[in-house]
This record gives sequence, structure tokens and C-alpha cells, in this order.
Amino acid sequence: MSLLIDVGTVLRGTVCDLYSNLVTRPTGAAVRTAIERQVVEIGSPVVTTIDFSQVNLLDFSCADEIVAKLLLRYAAADGPTGYLLFRGIHEGHLDPIETVLERHMLALVALHDGMAELYGVVTEEERLHWETVRDHGPVQSDTVARLLDVEWAVAEQHLEQLRNRRLLMRHSGGFAVPGTGPELT
Amino acid sequence: MTTVISVPPSLDEQTFELVVEQLAPVPLGEKILVDARHARWASPFGLTALLCVAQSRPEHMSFAVPENPDTASYWSRAGFFRHAAEVYELLGAVPRPREVHESDVLLEITPIVRTDDVHGVVGRIQHKAADILHGQLGLDTAITGAFGMTLSESCQNIVEHAGQGGWVAVQSYSYRKRLGRRVVVIAVCDAGVGFRESLESAPNHRRSDRWDDAMALEDAVLRSVSRFRHGDAGRGQGLAGIRRFVGRWHGKLTVRSGTARIAVIPEWDEDLPMTESLPFFPGAQMQITIPERIGEPTPRAKTGASTRPRPRERSS
Repeated sequence: MSLLIDVGTVLRGTVCDLYSNLVTRPTGAAVRTAIERQVVEIGSPVVTTIDFSQVNLLDFSCADEIVAKLLLRYAAADGPTGYLLFRGIHEGHLDPIETVLERHMLALVALHDGMAELYGVVTEEERLHWETVRDHGPVQSDTVARLLDVEWAVAEQHLEQLRNRRLLMRHSGGFAVPGTGPELT
Repeated sequence: MTTVISVPPSLDEQTFELVVEQLAPVPLGEKILVDARHARWASPFGLTALLCVAQSRPEHMSFAVPENPDTASYWSRAGFFRHAAEVYELLGAVPRPREVHESDVLLEITPIVRTDDVHGVVGRIQHKAADILHGQLGLDTAITGAFGMTLSESCQNIVEHAGQGGWVAVQSYSYRKRLGRRVVVIAVCDAGVGFRESLESAPNHRRSDRWDDAMALEDAVLRSVSRFRHGDAGRGQGLAGIRRFVGRWHGKLTVRSGTARIAVIPEWDEDLPMTESLPFFPGAQMQITIPERIGEPTPRAKTGASTRPRPRERSS
């Protein structure tokens, strides 16, 4: 089960139907709360896609309240199950989003022109493993190890780390990028 | 007895200090007349700061309007008298209020009290910002969104930290004296509690012998310290973002609060990074100056090796 949330619609429905800019911390908090409510109401979807395409301007405060705090909730031990996927992030959104990701040492998966991309703080090894899964997935860890010419245990460790960070999901004993394949856990 | 505070003929961020120097020693409760009769020009900072002068003391001050009709007319079009009439007793000929259609006034003087006001100013500048920043100042179109973001964060400082309302104005003008180019200037001023008192209200704040307005400014502007950081690591990013925006576009950022003033200085300016022991003025007064682009390559947004997707190779 997946859920698509249009942030622009949430903004206009929650805060003010005249707003198209995600600015100010109270606005961001209200939008995040509405998103969390939708996730709960639908019953913890496997992949929740947060769509920013109808958002004109995003400031640091809203990036922190929405993007960072949602990711932190999902990363928490008692957080929602499932995975977050972002889309509709344009060049103007990147600076505030990357800033808050760095601040909290977070990373996210976003769709850009139909292709999954990884943003935020990851090690070079994590990025290599993630890109291998994206480009070949769903894929088993031994295949990733072979493609990257590393020990199976090393690949498995990095892939599990990425899964713990909700940047990869399990798929038939292997791994896939959330939102790019069948919605399994 | 009434103390007369003379407004200098050219009122900007630097010459505003002459106003504060006259104002600071005046005992509380004394009648004050702010005399702008001989003023000929004022920057957005000068006009918003003059409104804060009226808010800085409990007593109601008088204000003598500029005698020069062109000056008075321009101040009127910038929205000054509409707000000054609420905080001062105005003396002299005040031009009748008119709709603002100045091509270089990006945002007339606007009060900031609540979060909704921030949405209002960001929404209002968007179309005109592209015209002025890209059309008049030759800056890359990427600046428009970042400019709105900077405006939003600077106004939020008033809502979250000042403890009372403030003012914002945005204007472009020719900055011949120091730069010989056009600039766009954001001025955000309030006469609230200021950075030092705001940071002192944080639960984890520890005073030290060195703790003063200058240190509070360094904490807030250079080290992204916020009174809300305790328990919320995401706070304090607004001023850091403003500083980055200013750096990217070769601009200048100054913040005055209490008795100190901090400056993030570009290559075209010779200001001091920190000025201390200024005469006290309450609240925080911020100015962001972005110069016209002539010939330089378009600056790029910050990139971190760990944060940008690398070029992809997709297997078939």
C-alpha cells in the first residue's frame, strides 16, 4: 500500500488556501502534523510519497519542520513503519533541504525525472551501495558485493545500514529503493 | 524640556548611529522631537529604524517631517508616514498617501507582527523580485527563490525573538558612494528584546564574564545559536542561511543589537567585522545588501560532496 501526499494541497487545506509558499515554522509544523495524520488514518502505508511540486518557495524553517522532522520520526525506534519518498523537489528547494539534512545528519530518497536520487549525509561507501541497488535492484546482497568487488559481509552491512536509515527496503531477501519496485518491506 | 534629535541629511545604516548617539543619553520620560526637516534621503534601513526609534521608549515622540517636498513625497511612497502616524505625533506637511508604484521599491515599509505577515511579504515580492533582481541587477534567476527565503527568515526573527512587532522594507537603488553599482537592500528592524536577552532566555544558557551584546551576536550570526536549540537541534538555521545567501551573491550582512554590530563583509566593502561599545539601542536591526552583477560568473549554490547525487551510470 502506498500513499501520495501533495504538500501544496495540504498547505492550502491546513493553513490558508491562498498560500503557495512553505515559509515560517508554525506553517511547517501545521503541514507536518497534517501529513502525519494522513499517514495514521490510512494505516501506515509501506511507501509515503511527499510531493513538493506545487510548492513555490520553501524556507529553512519549513524544510526543518517538514522534511527533517518527518525523517527523524521515521528513523526513531518507535516511529511509523514504512518508507518516505520525496518528489517534486526543484532547484530552489535544494538549499534549505540539504541544509537541514546536514544539520541532522539525515538523508532522503527523492524522485527526479522518474529516477531515484539520494540527498543528504551518506558516506561514499553507502552511496555506492545505494546506487548499485538503484541501478540493479531489486537485488541480493551477494550480487551487490560482486558488482562492487567487496566482501559479501561488507556489502550486507552497508545495505542493512541503508535499510535502517529507510533509504533501502527489503525485497524478497534482497534490497530495493523505496518507490521503485513492488511495495514490500 | 524637549530634546531635539536631528536626523542627518542622508540617513542610512551608518548615519543612523548619529541618531542613536543623540537618543541614548536622553533620560526616560523626557519629551523628544525627532527632527527630520533637513533630511534629503533615507535608505530602507534608515526609514525602518526611524520607526523603531518611536518604539524604543514608552513616551510618545514628535516627528518633524522633511521640508523638501521630493524627500517627503518619496518617504510617503515608501510607506513611511502611514506607519509613522501611528507611532509619532507628526509635525509639518505630510504628503497625502498614494498607491505605491515605484519601480525600485520592492516592498514598501511593512509591519511584521505575526507569522501571517511573513507569508504576506514573501507572497507580495515574488513577481517584482524577479523583475528587479534579474532584470535590473543582472542576477541569475536562481536568486529569486533564495531572496524570498532570506526575506522570510529575516522577518521570522522578529516574530520569534523580538517580543514585539517590527518593520521590513526592500528597495533597490544606486549605491554610488562605495560600490558604483545598483544594489537591492532588505532592512528588517525592531526595537524588541534584542539578541542578548533572547539568548539569555534559553534554558541552557550560561552567562560568562564575557557575555555581552557582541558575544550574543557572534553566537546567533556566526554559530547559529538559538534560544530554541535546547531540545530542537533544527533551530538557528535561519541566520546561517542568510549568511550563506549573502556570501553566495557577494552581498553584505550587518546586524546591530544593543551596543554591538556585526558585519559579514564582502570584498567590495571595508566595514569592521565587529563594532562594540556603541550607544545602546534596543532590539535588532538587520540589513542585507546584494549588489548588481557586472561580468562575474554566476555564483553556485553550496554543494557538499556527501549531499549531491553524483552523475549516474545506468546499466542496461
